[in-house]
Amino acid sequence: MRKRTRFALFVVIGLVVAMVALYLLRPGLLPRMEGARTNATTEIIERGEYLARAGDCVACHTEVNGPAFAGGRPMPTPFGNLYVPNITPDDDTGIGLWSSDDFYRMMHTGVSRDGTLLYPAMPFANYTNVTREDSDAIYAYLMSVPPVKRENRPHELRFPFNQRELLIGWRTLYFREGEYQPDPKQSEQWNRGAYLVKGLGHCSMCHTAVNALGGSRESQAFEGGMIPNQNWYAPSLTSNREAGLGNWDLQDIADLLQVGTSKRGAVYGPMAEVVYNSLQYLTDDDAKAMAVYLRSLPPRDSEPPPPSQARLVDPSVMELGRKTYEEQCSMCHGKEGEGHGVSFPPLAGNQSITMSSPVNSIRMVLNGGYSPGTKKNPRPHGMPPFSHLLDDKAVAAVVTYIRVAWNNSGTPVTPEQANELRTLIPE
Amino acid sequence: MLVRAIAIAVGLMGGSAAMAQQNPQSPRDTTPAFTSVDSIDARVQGCVTCHGHQGQGTSSGYFPRIAGKPAGYLYNQLLAFKNGTRKYPPMNYLVAYLPDKYLHEIAEHFAGERPPFAAREITPADPAVVTRGQSLVTGGDESRGIPACVACHGERLTGMEPGIPGLAGLRPTYIVAQLTRWQLGDRHATEPDCMKRIATRLSDQDIVAVAAWLSRQEAPKDLSPESSNLIRMPLACGSQPRK
Repeated sequence: MRKRTRFALFVVIGLVVAMVALYLLRPGLLPRMEGARTNATTEIIERGEYLARAGDCVACHTEVNGPAFAGGRPMPTPFGNLYVPNITPDDDTGIGLWSSDDFYRMMHTGVSRDGTLLYPAMPFANYTNVTREDSDAIYAYLMSVPPVKRENRPHELRFPFNQRELLIGWRTLYFREGEYQPDPKQSEQWNRGAYLVKGLGHCSMCHTAVNALGGSRESQAFEGGMIPNQNWYAPSLTSNREAGLGNWDLQDIADLLQVGTSKRGAVYGPMAEVVYNSLQYLTDDDAKAMAVYLRSLPPRDSEPPPPSQARLVDPSVMELGRKTYEEQCSMCHGKEGEGHGVSFPPLAGNQSITMSSPVNSIRMVLNGGYSPGTKKNPRPHGMPPFSHLLDDKAVAAVVTYIRVAWNNSGTPVTPEQANELRTLIPE
Repeated sequence: MLVRAIAIAVGLMGGSAAMAQQNPQSPRDTTPAFTSVDSIDARVQGCVTCHGHQGQGTSSGYFPRIAGKPAGYLYNQLLAFKNGTRKYPPMNYLVAYLPDKYLHEIAEHFAGERPPFAAREITPADPAVVTRGQSLVTGGDESRGIPACVACHGERLTGMEPGIPGLAGLRPTYIVAQLTRWQLGDRHATEPDCMKRIATRLSDQDIVAVAAWLSRQEAPKDLSPESSNLIRMPLACGSQPRK
């Protein structure tokens, strides 16, 4: 009996401590900033539009075929569906009554106007880097778009993830508040690039692996990972064996970001969306700045790339792969995988082909894909689907072939891997 | 109901292994090929494995012939795939990030092609069913308010500029699937959606009959769509605005 009482006492004390901790750890309101500029000039609104594009707000805050920024788009997460809110300046259902202070606090701390903690699907861990001035410009732009009356749809998260208080824990582990601090040892261009990549660009949302709690660690920044719920692999930006850019020309990196294609490869899958909605609108200077910063990311390869495994592949698989390649692929990608300028990317020496995860290559063979149409490449070339022409064996063989031929350093793939991806709906 | 089940199954088949096995089609029709990289031919290589080099269709029954359909119709479809108002994931995925102007160019390209028809794919059908199909296509069914297909899709069934597609050369699987999707509300067109009004008046047997007769027709000599609005259509169609 006494044991039980003591246990109950422990539980009660524990609960009280937890509640006090939750209360104390709740992020507070930021002080009101008196005298903040309120009259938005054309110049500020236009800069806000540019920055909102750099942040790709429209991609998540607009439903397919819906009015811009009116929200409602379901965002599937491993924890259930989130429904992205309306950020048009409608007074009742949007952010029409927000002040620029409210907006900055949301961007900077991940706390909504009414004090609600935002789910980290909103990349506030990145946007916290954004300066007050830039936040105000984005705010001014959003206030200038047509208001749309549309109620926000409640999220459909499973217990316990629907308990927003848990976000305090997440924030303690994974969120560091603070505007970007320029590194005085680096050039202005490098700092501009870092600001865009870490802040509005929110590149780490995909290119840093996300763990079971939906968090990512600074120590693993840009090391790549599977994108949850999309079944595409976001390559590492720090490994020269993946999308590491250590040996790329600056212009090729800038082109990849802004044009959507380059001499070294083209974007596809979720990155095509990013280029289409966001990066194509960057100025040449900003694209270049991002390239400078990205190329400077320290390579983290612990070991040199393995030698070509071509000799280790079953000769019959290699032969089927070679035959399939010559019939279906060589017309565009060249006999020796050399590609065709910026129109059809090279496969020989293409890190996107040889990186450790073969998921993207298999998906491209199955579903094909077009590079995004951009201001600098409005009529992109594209690749047809082969899922209806090639069975799992042939898909595996041809992907194996392009991963190991021409001294490519990839590893073989199995028909089972091809089969697993075949059943996915292309997106 | 069986028809619906088949239509839906076929519709979802986009990338299924089942289709890989029934493949062997003339490889020349679907293998990427072009002469100059900086040409529209090279740019539409993304279409060829399903629709053939000139949009003639391929031996996979579900992929439609797109060659020679009016550019307005093809553009509407590409836009609808891009915006998600017409749902077919392999197409939605491919065109999602292509500018409208480029989609228009692609539509114009295939609208201008006049490749010969592929061999007809004749599914076995009771002669009575075929006769029923003929009467629906050429005369409609006045008692149920169903206009003849030819009233809008043209005497030669090659469609009408700018928005009405040709039906000649389409395979029965595709026709059945599309009419069924319209019936179920899964496919739409701009309001007033005349095809919805018609499809919901058709029975499953009607749909099979129409597809059976259409697939038995020889290719017309002149493959071009009829010119715009020479005739007055029996129903108002949003995708065919009257001048």
